[in-house]
Amino acid sequence: MTAAILKHEKFGGMPISVAMPAAEKQAPAADESPPVRRHTPLVEKYRDEIVEFIRATIPVVFGLALFVSIWAMLAAHSTLPGPIKTFHSAVGVFSDPFYRKGPNDQGIGWNILMSLGRVGIGFGMAALIGIPLGFMIGRFRFLSGMTAPIISLLRPVSPLAWLPIGLLVFKAANPAAIWVIFISSIWPMIVNTAVGVREVPQDYLNVAKVLNLSEWKVFTRILFPASLPFVLTGIRLSIGVAWLVIVAAEMLTGGVGIGFWVWDEWNNLNVEHIIIAIFTVGIVGLLLEQMLMLIARRFEYR
Amino acid sequence: MERFVAVENIDMSFKTKHGIFVALKDVNLAIREGEFVTLIGHSGCGKSTLLNLVAGLLVPTNGVLLCNKREIAGPGPDRGVVFQNHSLLPWLTCAENIYLAVERVFGESESKTQLKARTLKALDLVQLGHAADKRPNEISGGMKQRVGIARALSMEPKVLLLDEPFGALDALTRAHLQDELLKIVAKTKSTVLMVTHDVDEAVLLSDRIVMMTNGPAATIGDIVDVDLARPRERLGLVNDSRYHQLRGRVLEFLYQKQMRPAA
Repeated sequence: MTAAILKHEKFGGMPISVAMPAAEKQAPAADESPPVRRHTPLVEKYRDEIVEFIRATIPVVFGLALFVSIWAMLAAHSTLPGPIKTFHSAVGVFSDPFYRKGPNDQGIGWNILMSLGRVGIGFGMAALIGIPLGFMIGRFRFLSGMTAPIISLLRPVSPLAWLPIGLLVFKAANPAAIWVIFISSIWPMIVNTAVGVREVPQDYLNVAKVLNLSEWKVFTRILFPASLPFVLTGIRLSIGVAWLVIVAAEMLTGGVGIGFWVWDEWNNLNVEHIIIAIFTVGIVGLLLEQMLMLIARRFEYR
Repeated sequence: MERFVAVENIDMSFKTKHGIFVALKDVNLAIREGEFVTLIGHSGCGKSTLLNLVAGLLVPTNGVLLCNKREIAGPGPDRGVVFQNHSLLPWLTCAENIYLAVERVFGESESKTQLKARTLKALDLVQLGHAADKRPNEISGGMKQRVGIARALSMEPKVLLLDEPFGALDALTRAHLQDELLKIVAKTKSTVLMVTHDVDEAVLLSDRIVMMTNGPAATIGDIVDVDLARPRERLGLVNDSRYHQLRGRVLEFLYQKQMRPAA
């Protein structure tokens, strides 16, 4: 970057950007200037980062500590298992996550994987249909008018209301659960993709017109990259909804899965396991969200 | 006079919430091949509308537009447009942005190697060969605008249309790019139609300055022939009495005849 500017300078000689490389050179110089050199250089080098990290971590630690102490207090005055009891139970559960003792008694690892599998299939199919549909709705006003009333009617329906339809059509619990995931996670992707396509800046579309680009090039070079951030937001919302719904769906349909596990442990009155399940659902959801945020950040322009 | 670009009896009106707004009324203009014409006027006088008509982005309400004896029926590669806000696609590198244009115009008749050579040639023309693999957000505003110019020129257009191309730049960068544009146009012998609101820019660059009256129903108020010898030197013109005379005529038109009430 610096080299490019310098080269440009030689040619253009604009005094304004001369300041830039100079400023860049000054920054490292400031780091070297402290006269005391006895500190280990590594600590010195990352001092700002370390201070920043501590500053960011302290409130998190306090928050968690407060949460756990409130939990412990509540537990002391009720039948709710306390943090320590739950922790010991969790160590037991996670020490052997992949055991199999018959269809209704399997390790938590299997339960999570089965739930993730259902979410993956249901959400994947929703993405395969929802994103292209969203593109077409965003691009063609007629299609948008056609689908708008149906989408606004079906979108607010509670996900579990679709379960009986799934059971009726598929006559089996597992596809019915996947169907619920599909139908509840498709809406954010359709709506966000359509908005993304509609919001593509007119400047870019003018470029397409002036360059006389083919419809395919308009799609691959302009519409798709321009609306990608919106599409990724839709995907993120969808996967959040899917993970939210799977627990409820599995409670009703049974089989192996984290939602069924919660219900099973309720029947066994093993409350520690229910709390472990709640934390596990939360953590997996958080990881899914973070993963998608990471992908989304790669496609931020400007 | 040979009419390379012809604007004949153009009326342009837009439908708005408050009824029909007449932007242009009875505009006639002819541009010779290789001529550099600027459109100048107060903001809102319809100069950009006129440029967009020639670009084919707008369709006139009345009248005919011709380019190289053919009616303008929409945007086409024979007219390269440079927008005010560069309009580069941020997800493509500078070279890819230009390649997109090159591929569209020459893709059917030339090999990929030839297309790439054209892309690099266009970048070299604006002295940006070193920025080929940079994204638009990694280069300065002036550099972006130069890539925009390179993209327009890479299509080898018959006419280059510039819509306030330097309007968003600081004064020093603007002067620098004006000098650059003078050199490029001298080299490529392009026919240019440029919208500006900068009097010095207009006098420095043009063969003719088309001055527009205030809207609504704007039209061409007067045309100044800039008979300064080329190649023109910014510093040489500082003491040129003819330059100041021409500059005075444009200023007089803008600030006396077409004085705008303070907006």
